[in-house]
Amino acid sequence: MTKMKIAFNWASSCGGCEIAILELGTKLVDLANKVDIVFWPAALDYKYSDLEAMADNSIDVAFENGAIQNSEDEHIAKLLRAKSKLLVAFGACAYLGGIPSLANTTNRDGIFASSYKETPTTVNPEKTFPQTKVQVREGELTLPEFYNTVKTLDQTVDVDYYVPGCPPVGEQVSKVINQFVDGPLPPKGAVLGASDKSLCHECKRIRTDGKITKIVRTYQTISDPQKCLLEQGVICMGPATRGGCGSICLDANAPCRGCYGPLPKAIDQGGKMLSALSSIFDAQSEEDIQKLVDSVPDPLGTFYRFSLGRSLLRRTKP
Amino acid sequence: MKRVGVFVCHCGLNIAGNVNIKEVVDKAGKQQDVVFAIDHKYLCSEPGQALIKDSIRQHNLDAIVVAACSPAMHEPTFKTIAQLSGLNRYNCEIANIREQSSWVHDDVGEATAKAHITVRQSIRKVRLNEPLQPITVPVTRKVLVIGGGIAGIRAALDVANGGYQVYLVEKSGTIGGRMAQLSETFPTLDCSTCILGPLMVEVYRHPNIKLLRLSKVEDVKGYIGNFKVRVRQEPAYVDEAKCNACGECAKACPAQVPNEFDFGLTWRKAIYTPFAQAVPPAYVLDAKNCLGLLPQACGECKKACDKFGTSCMDLDAWPRIHDLEVGAIIASTGYELYDATKLTEYGYGIFPDVMTSLEFERMLSASGPTTGEIKRPSDGQTPREIVFIQCAGQREPETALPYCSKICCMYTARHAMMFRHKVPDGQAYVFYMDIRAGGKGYEEFVKRCQEEKGLLYLRGRVAKVYEENGKLIVKGVDTLSGKTVQINADLVVLAVGMIPSSESHELASKLKASLDANGFFSEAHPKLRPLESPTAGIFLAGAGQSPKDIPETVAQASGAASKVLGLLSSPTLEREPTVAQVVGELCSGCGICLSLCPYDALSLNAEKIAEVSEALCEGCGTCIASCPSGALTLRNLTDEQMVAMIEAIVE
Amino acid sequence: MIAAIEVEKRFEPKIVGFLCRWCSYAGADLAGTSRIKYPPNINAIRVNCSGRVDPTLVLKALASGADGVFIAGCHPGDCHYTNGNIKTLRRFKLLQKMLDQFGIERERVRLEWVSASEGERYARVVKGMTEDVRSLGPLNWKRTVEAVA
Repeated sequence: MTKMKIAFNWASSCGGCEIAILELGTKLVDLANKVDIVFWPAALDYKYSDLEAMADNSIDVAFENGAIQNSEDEHIAKLLRAKSKLLVAFGACAYLGGIPSLANTTNRDGIFASSYKETPTTVNPEKTFPQTKVQVREGELTLPEFYNTVKTLDQTVDVDYYVPGCPPVGEQVSKVINQFVDGPLPPKGAVLGASDKSLCHECKRIRTDGKITKIVRTYQTISDPQKCLLEQGVICMGPATRGGCGSICLDANAPCRGCYGPLPKAIDQGGKMLSALSSIFDAQSEEDIQKLVDSVPDPLGTFYRFSLGRSLLRRTKP
Repeated sequence: MKRVGVFVCHCGLNIAGNVNIKEVVDKAGKQQDVVFAIDHKYLCSEPGQALIKDSIRQHNLDAIVVAACSPAMHEPTFKTIAQLSGLNRYNCEIANIREQSSWVHDDVGEATAKAHITVRQSIRKVRLNEPLQPITVPVTRKVLVIGGGIAGIRAALDVANGGYQVYLVEKSGTIGGRMAQLSETFPTLDCSTCILGPLMVEVYRHPNIKLLRLSKVEDVKGYIGNFKVRVRQEPAYVDEAKCNACGECAKACPAQVPNEFDFGLTWRKAIYTPFAQAVPPAYVLDAKNCLGLLPQACGECKKACDKFGTSCMDLDAWPRIHDLEVGAIIASTGYELYDATKLTEYGYGIFPDVMTSLEFERMLSASGPTTGEIKRPSDGQTPREIVFIQCAGQREPETALPYCSKICCMYTARHAMMFRHKVPDGQAYVFYMDIRAGGKGYEEFVKRCQEEKGLLYLRGRVAKVYEENGKLIVKGVDTLSGKTVQINADLVVLAVGMIPSSESHELASKLKASLDANGFFSEAHPKLRPLESPTAGIFLAGAGQSPKDIPETVAQASGAASKVLGLLSSPTLEREPTVAQVVGELCSGCGICLSLCPYDALSLNAEKIAEVSEALCEGCGTCIASCPSGALTLRNLTDEQMVAMIEAIVE
Repeated sequence: MIAAIEVEKRFEPKIVGFLCRWCSYAGADLAGTSRIKYPPNINAIRVNCSGRVDPTLVLKALASGADGVFIAGCHPGDCHYTNGNIKTLRRFKLLQKMLDQFGIERERVRLEWVSASEGERYARVVKGMTEDVRSLGPLNWKRTVEAVA
């Protein structure tokens, strides 16, 4: 029996998803016995030319993590799509845009200005910015084109399945990869390795009447680890986020930040959380409501921390 | 896949005059799932309705859109036609192309373009409508009336005479309310107790009325037709049935307290009867002011009752809990007076000779603190100069009550007249802003008062009342003459405003009945539904809903009773099924929706999944908007339908 | 000879409206029965209560091509369902702050209280909002996003 061919690739990412796969540890050996990993630039010495040389649809399943932020990301994503029977958006960046998609609150010029000019520790007196082409003595050097808007994988190519998480939690990674090997697979477009219910379902904390009288940052309070964080004024994205991660952040007394993305029937994760949170403000007058609103310093960044790329509005007005 | 029929109404020229009907029909006919589209001059008419019925049958339609006037006009009509033609009535949508299109846009092009969109929206919605059946709930054919004043009495009698069991809950030891405290009533100067008394007795004797005195509503669960009410009845320590009101207990009682019936102008004993004609005609032991029951410190009342009376006392009695099941609740909790000490300019509470209108009323009463004689509280002398101040602390949105209490002009006129009768050589002054005398015979009565010798009406306000040399100096203004006025009065009476009874706030939250900005029970609609709360099954009567006089109170009470009789006329009740629904597989039990429901219709079950009580849900949809999982949906106004309508608009 | 006259097409804003059936929809109907004229740019979706309006639906309208969104409910204290309008206000205020971050002008998303007796006020509010959004120009969100790829 021929072994299944799988591939792992990364686009604009932090590398965490790759580490999540590496953290399978010895299970990787079991996996290697069942499949052939034919492309994995992060861990093994594969080059793009190896990918280009493959026949179309020769890879059974490709797991791509990272968001699409530049022309290289886009090119390789398209290549990977052509070479693979099934393409999986692995991790929050590929699925939702992830943290990179917060770049959609600005554009290339804004990011370059910030990174190459304005940050206090930058020393760049000649104001050199990255160029797509530059002539040097040895010839021409090229860099990928940096895009103004970060895209999710499925805004770039056709995607078959999604695995949420930043990164996907260890147990889920193993289960998902083995699901592709052993089957059966749900219909195309399904989200794997996560629950269809929100994090609140797994969270062990106690909820009472649930009205919010104040909003604080995590450092501004000593929270009770047994009680719901939202009721204590700490914004927890749990209600609007898929579970399946085992609520590890909550167990470490940190609020959920939404990395597993929206629930199946939610058309926009940020909008849903905004509605849920403000609905339970314990405020009746416009003045009291405004006070609570003022204590949420960055609604966009808070509610769309991982999902701006996939949100309804996708980016700020340029 | 639905087969949708679209019917576009001309409404004579109301729509056809400013909307291109043919274009609307044509465009509608091209929409997805529309298999038939036609117009008609008057769809609500008999031939129009026949056209709809025939078309449904001929073209095998399973959903219709009627593009016509506002749904507020004929939605029920068209829904019924749909139902009679074999459709589920919830497969009928109305597109408002008259009030919100034809009548409001200048240009035919504009109005027509908008009509297209409105029709398209309705088509997209109806395609996704589910067929629904009304929710049937059983009706418990018993009624609770809260508050035993004239409103509660009238309502209880009317319902009881209609053949149903009534529980009349009253917080004090007797029914009768404010009317029992009145001496006479305007404009006829009837003796109040004389006309109230027989009604009170009728209540007590009525086989269908169970009177629970010293009782308060502790908890209300359930919904229209099916309320479960817990009532807590404090002990009277006297057996109502056996007591013959001989009064021996009171004679023996050593504890004296200010009599609240007379607003503290007289004393009563700790064991007492509220007033002579109290119903039930039995004494009450006021445990708070008794020298002590646990342990028993005195017991003289019981000794006297055992020796001279009917031996009907039990000093070891406990509160009783009554768990009542009723189908409707009438709230008739009445009013109190605004706290006159807040009106610092008038000196109430500082100068003993400044009284409120109800205190003066008690003084007028033959059974009151002075057996009907008018005396100054300070020295017991007969006042010769008396000042009545109308609108005291009312019609003043900045500093006191913003509203008018409706009855003060009338009772002040009566008070002034009574003063003149009892003190023929006295002089009465009435400071007024306006005279509101709209009831039957009211204007004539006030006219008489204004023409009475020794009674002077001054149009103006009083700036201050203070004491000097044993007299009350009243400084005011007479706007008709343009002069400031100073009266050295012996007695000042303030017509203070009516405020809702102090328990109404707590009761309203138990009933889940809304209160208005002034704390009175809200009515479902100020013009067309003044007898019921927006909360289904709760009805309103009397001053608890808004200040009013006795004829209006009685009318409202009878009206509320008739509504209740209508409700109870059938053993079952149908509720609109367009309510909230939980998709269990998507619900995580986060609980965010729970605190949002104004009707407490949401709860978490044993599996920590949200559940909607369909009978309690009124279908507002606020829980749906807050659900972060999309697990909550509103029947026939789902998020999918909302998105379809949004897309129909922006295409 | 008839000269062809070129009429420059004025931008007509497309505004999605959510009107609560008890107050604002009735107020809009009253404007109709009173024959008060106003521009046709707001298309009303009738909801039972303004509390039904999920901010996500506002975002959906804007993302789908609306130039503005208009939400109308009962005056505080008048809500048929006790205080659904207050819940709308809470959501609206937070949404407003977030829309600021997205760069969507405040005039484009508006919450108003219109009672069933305020037909004239409804017309005035519609006129005002239509003109405000007209002077801001089209939002064209999809095209805006695509243009900044």
